Amino acid sequence: MGRHLSTKFLSVLALAVTIGATAIASPASAASLKMAWKQDATGLDPHKQTAFSSIRLLELIYEPLVRLNKDLQIVPAVAASWEFAPDAKQLTFKLNPNAKFQDGKPVTAADVKASFERLLDEKTAAAARANFLSIASIETPDQTTVVFKLSQPDVPLLTAMASINAAIVPAAEIAAGTIGTKALGSGPFKLDKWEPNSKETLSANKDWAGGKVAIDGIDISVLPDETAILAALRTKQVDFALINDPLVATLVPKEPSLVLNRTPVLAYHVLQMNPSRKPMDVLAVRQAISCAIDRKDVLDTASVGEGKVTGPLTMPGYTSDASTLFCYKQDIAKAKKLMADAGFANGFTATVIAANGEPATAAAEAQVLQSQLAEIGVKLNIKMMELNVYVDAWLKGDFDMAVALNGGRADPYSMYNRYWTKTGNLQKVTNYIDDTLDSLMQKGRVETDPAKRKVIFADFEKHLAEVSPWVWLYTSYSYTAQQKNVQGFVPTPEGSLFGLSKVTLQ
Amino acid sequence: MSYLARRLLTFPLVMLGVSILVFVAIRLVPGDAITAMLGTEAGLLTPAQRAALSAYFGIDKPILVQYWSWLLGVLQGDLGISVIHGKPALTIILERFPLTLQLALMSMCVALLVGLPAGVFAATRNEKISDLAVRIFAMIGQSTPNFVVGLLIIYALSAGFGILPTMGEFTPFLTDPLRNLGQMILPAITLGFAFAASVTRISRSAMLDVLSDDYVRTARSKGVPKRSVIWRHALPNALIPVVTLSGVEFGYLLGGAVLVEQIYALPGLGRLVLEAILQRDYALVQGCVLFIAFNFMVVNLLVDLAYVTLDPRIRLGESN
Repeated sequence: MGRHLSTKFLSVLALAVTIGATAIASPASAASLKMAWKQDATGLDPHKQTAFSSIRLLELIYEPLVRLNKDLQIVPAVAASWEFAPDAKQLTFKLNPNAKFQDGKPVTAADVKASFERLLDEKTAAAARANFLSIASIETPDQTTVVFKLSQPDVPLLTAMASINAAIVPAAEIAAGTIGTKALGSGPFKLDKWEPNSKETLSANKDWAGGKVAIDGIDISVLPDETAILAALRTKQVDFALINDPLVATLVPKEPSLVLNRTPVLAYHVLQMNPSRKPMDVLAVRQAISCAIDRKDVLDTASVGEGKVTGPLTMPGYTSDASTLFCYKQDIAKAKKLMADAGFANGFTATVIAANGEPATAAAEAQVLQSQLAEIGVKLNIKMMELNVYVDAWLKGDFDMAVALNGGRADPYSMYNRYWTKTGNLQKVTNYIDDTLDSLMQKGRVETDPAKRKVIFADFEKHLAEVSPWVWLYTSYSYTAQQKNVQGFVPTPEGSLFGLSKVTLQ
Repeated sequence: MSYLARRLLTFPLVMLGVSILVFVAIRLVPGDAITAMLGTEAGLLTPAQRAALSAYFGIDKPILVQYWSWLLGVLQGDLGISVIHGKPALTIILERFPLTLQLALMSMCVALLVGLPAGVFAATRNEKISDLAVRIFAMIGQSTPNFVVGLLIIYALSAGFGILPTMGEFTPFLTDPLRNLGQMILPAITLGFAFAASVTRISRSAMLDVLSDDYVRTARSKGVPKRSVIWRHALPNALIPVVTLSGVEFGYLLGGAVLVEQIYALPGLGRLVLEAILQRDYALVQGCVLFIAFNFMVVNLLVDLAYVTLDPRIRLGESN
């Protein structure tokens, strides 16, 4: 009986495995793009959502007035054209007369006005409001013209508007209080179904003013493990996927049927010091730490060389040759001398915080920094935290040092005013006030001549690297992987998926 | 009062304790729903904006007031609204539960179908090579983390054979049985692997005990066939520890298998709880934990009742 039973059992098991192995996913729709990502959107309100994963979904559904292209140039979206008054205190937009919401109603100046008023209303609790505080009033002389009157010259305002956090939503939906529960934008795709942390179904918006969308829609699956995403790509279960982990990304080109898109991004990896805590309040100590770090080694070891050593300015048009910045070549002798001059010849002990898996390289970066700083006697204790716990400590400035991946912006002022101006919202995080940095930021804000702005921000970058409240390490890449039959996707330095509107399936 | 009634009466007390524990614990962890939604951008909020968001997430009131109003809701069958899903927590939990239940049942089947015969087989060949082989298998099974098994299966199937079960969404068994089984069998094997190893070990040692009992020796001396001695006389008496183990393990599995659900992208209860914690979706965390605790208590009760069936000498609730 024993043998009989085990034979039967083995047959059942074999059958079960066969069923498991042969049940391959059938495509939901032949012309729909099957996409996968690790992290799902956390909400549908474009004004409120700031998570990378939410922005990636919402920019397929909603549109701002203008958007940034792959070269970070401002190009039309809902607005067809725009103009700054010579004193940079007035910004006028002409809307695209063909722009329509997905319910067929035209996008009007009244919708733009209502959207910005919602954004500026504190009750909305939009974090992006901080970028639009110079808007004093909004006028709508006709259906397709919007005039923003500003309380002070604000050149970076236009770039700040090129964000899904400044999306134009229907005035009627604002009045009905349905923003966030119903997704109704003017973008290339309509959201048909959303099951949080599981899947999304999008269909092409036939009325999109931006042109014809070549695919029928996008079926997004949330696959929380990136090795599983790679497996799904390998077995053609997925056409297109977002990859965060550089280690997984480097495996993609080894698969003959797959293509890896690798784009430098604006976000930067950084070691933040807290200059309000001893001994990081001493300039020489901070500079010693900056000199002791081999940025290229951090990049190579923690991120398998996937990136580029960077200074504070990561946006094309403003980046400088990083090797000309203060101590961008590791100099242990200089670092030791600086430590000795500051009275810390024997080093000191500090704790560095890092978030688990955010970014994927965080723990590795902390370990490399720990071993590098040990060379000048700094004993670094690593404290890994769950992301939310880390964010809480980070926002309170409750750390000696922090390994961080901070988001970048296309404009240096928008990127850094929160940290390095005297009125910056994140002063509590930087704990560092510097007159030179503040005055250069203010100059950059009002200067309209691009060449002069470049000089101002080059000075800003040089000074920031020299006073070293933070040690900028490297910028990495954003990765998407796709089957060879997916064509026409253009990635951007912001990691936008808007390029999916031009994708074709061969 | 009957044993069953007394056990059922403890349910509300345990649930109350669990509810207080989870309510306080999730709020003690640094970070809140606002930082979960906005990340570091939360630092850009003005006090008025923060207040508006706190009111939206229902975290603006003192914790006792929050707990009281939530408890009142629970007593009326309302576990609260999930802010991420925009739906009642109970609705989401009940949507995810069939997957978790099926996964738990299937992995238990895998475990019992593999573990029980293997354990019995090893016990009857005590200290022989085949016994050693089974014990090594059990040791490997118990000491290999299930995410390693899962990742190896996925890698081997996708890289070696170019196939993979459907990931990302769940097809209920009644909708499409073949697709459903295709999706669930590998996670069930992954999860059942370690479970089977435990069953093997425990059934082997229980069988060894029973096989040395007098009544087994008597049966053998009376000429009862070996097969009958093992399967009819010895095995039923060796089952009690197996039932205990399976019950506890099954109770855990009903709470969701986080790692396996993550790897195979199955939208089950385990992932739901994990995501709810990471996103500080308080109502959902509380609802899930309460639901899981309830299931665990029910399973424990059923295990106790099963003892009586297996061994008529056991009288539940009596002091002797």
